[in-house]
Amino acid sequence: MKHSSLMKWFVSREGLYYLALAFLLVVILPLTLDSFRLNMVGKYLTYAFVAIGLVMCWGKAGILSLGQGVFFGLGGYCMAMFLKLEASTPEATAIQSTPGIPDFMDWNQLTELPWFWEPFHSFSFTLLAVIGVPVLLAFVIGIAMFTRRVGGVYFAIITQAIAAVLTILIIGQQGYTGGVNGITDLQTLMGWDIRTDEARNILYFICVAMLFLCLFAARLVQNRKLGRILVAMNAQEMRVRFSGYDVAAFKIFVFCLAAAFAGIGGALFTLLVGFMSPSFIGIVASIEMVIFCALGGRLSILGAVYGALLVNAAKSGFSESFPELWPFAMGALFIGVVLAFPDGLAGLYKSYVMPLEDKVFKRNKSKSAPVGATPAAKKADDYSPMANTCSPEKS
Amino acid sequence: MFDGYTSSELMSIFAMQGFAGLSLFSVFVLMALGLAIIFGQMGVINMAHGEFMILGAYTTYLTSGFFQSYLPGLFGGYFFIAMVLAFFICAALGALVEWLMIRHLYHRPLDTLLATWGLSLIMQQAYRSIFGAREVGVDLPEWMMGAIPVTDMVDLPINGLFVMVIALSVAVGVYLLMYRSGYGKKVRAVVQNRPMAEAVGINSAGIDRATFALGCGIAGIAGAAFTMIGSTGPSSGQAYIVDTFLVVVFGGAQSLIGTIVSAFGISQAQSTMEFFLSGSMAKVLTLLVVIGILMIRPEGLMALKVRR
Repeated sequence: MKHSSLMKWFVSREGLYYLALAFLLVVILPLTLDSFRLNMVGKYLTYAFVAIGLVMCWGKAGILSLGQGVFFGLGGYCMAMFLKLEASTPEATAIQSTPGIPDFMDWNQLTELPWFWEPFHSFSFTLLAVIGVPVLLAFVIGIAMFTRRVGGVYFAIITQAIAAVLTILIIGQQGYTGGVNGITDLQTLMGWDIRTDEARNILYFICVAMLFLCLFAARLVQNRKLGRILVAMNAQEMRVRFSGYDVAAFKIFVFCLAAAFAGIGGALFTLLVGFMSPSFIGIVASIEMVIFCALGGRLSILGAVYGALLVNAAKSGFSESFPELWPFAMGALFIGVVLAFPDGLAGLYKSYVMPLEDKVFKRNKSKSAPVGATPAAKKADDYSPMANTCSPEKS
Repeated sequence: MFDGYTSSELMSIFAMQGFAGLSLFSVFVLMALGLAIIFGQMGVINMAHGEFMILGAYTTYLTSGFFQSYLPGLFGGYFFIAMVLAFFICAALGALVEWLMIRHLYHRPLDTLLATWGLSLIMQQAYRSIFGAREVGVDLPEWMMGAIPVTDMVDLPINGLFVMVIALSVAVGVYLLMYRSGYGKKVRAVVQNRPMAEAVGINSAGIDRATFALGCGIAGIAGAAFTMIGSTGPSSGQAYIVDTFLVVVFGGAQSLIGTIVSAFGISQAQSTMEFFLSGSMAKVLTLLVVIGILMIRPEGLMALKVRR
């Protein structure tokens, strides 16, 4: 994008939506919330990464993965392994029977570091693994499933089973993974104490910055021909295949993209919260991630961020005051979103708030319309069966 | 992993673990049959199936309490009444759920999955509020306790045998219903070609509701049987649901025989390996093998060949 068109984009309607979100996350929330609450918002935002991935994977391409927790967890565990090794110096663990290995390994009578922990001494390897390990797993699953044209409900069930397998494996192999407690007691990142309020605030802003990077990456994909093919695949897979596109390759790509987002989210989660445990991987956690995306609007990447924030804020609020009511609310949310608002908050926004906006910005819109939507793009929208369910940022 | 066992010991271990696997097999069959007829008929995955099973279990629990207080003389036979009650209560609730929720979502199978998950959360919490978070168990009638000694190393518990008999009778019943009755003929017609079935005058919406209710009713029977071999808590259903899905998918979604064969295979593999490895590793290995086979053969063991 050239400089002038970048400026135009920022004052276009879509640009304003992004600016509004940035303003909320960078200015309003840090100014109004104390450090503890801000850290919680940061934690919710790490789920927004998963939700953005699900918008691309489920909303656009129609692949429902009930195992996104797996990728979130793998990213988180990679980061946690690095931090744990840093916390387990021979001096800090001198009271153990084998100093220099993580405490839970010592409790489980391990006497040396397992081979797959060794590379996590290196920070650059860890950063690579945070994205690489989830993407690799997604790639293997994708190759195996999509080239055989497994999709829909079957894919959902198998990803759910994979989430179950990974949880059982981590809990069962206590000596290697920390078991049901997970990897706890993480202290420093390259000598920088991540437990202080100041560090947590800085990590919050890093998280917001990463979130916008992912948002722009997702936006790049959705606004290209690539994104159109994904949507087309969802609506008429056979026609896309007969038009000469390799459907499986596109599915594998979008599934890997979602896995990469989830992995980044998981790593940031570990940094912000200070531990990682199998409870963020399992079936229940994974399926909850889908509701973040569904509430925000399964076709809107910005909606996904709001969805993740709202559901998690509601969850904490309910759990503090009426813990026994939360499952009812969550269940009602699942049923309500699916039955009554399949396009989530973004759909509601589009049908109720945007007409008002149109009235207010009428003059503005008539001026910018030729820039925002070329006739060709509009035509393509009309052809898509999803035309009436477009995300709000496509003005 | 077989080191240190003599061959006769190994035989006994396999027999004992095989029988333990058969109890698991019975629960799998009862759960999976209900799920398979719903999935095969409508392509709908019912995530709340485990909670329907638990509803059946709580029905049995309440019935046993009622018989203990008011009809202690008939206590030996309460289970049969409970089973019938569980079937009808679950079937009624199933029909209601189908009418309120599922029928609006037939063209969106993935959304059904999410909506029924929401339903399962609500049902679980309702059980927790009504019956408490603690697991409850029923008292077995006199005749169901004890075991039949087969050899000096192998004992077969009667309640396990009884549950197996129920599972097999239900399986035979479902087979007769599906392949030897007018209703079954209509169901199979709808499964094979819905528009054609409608064209010849089959009320496919009615068949859908009846099938969903039947599937949920069988889950109720599964719950009643489940109380005979284990205790029931609000989230016991969730523990079985993923395994049961895999059983159904692995068996080939529309094949009843496939469902039974895969339930047998998965339960036996898990229970035999459990003796030699830790429980969690046995489960991981079983699930991984099933996932691996499904990746090679996505249509399952015995797929129905249908021209689409």
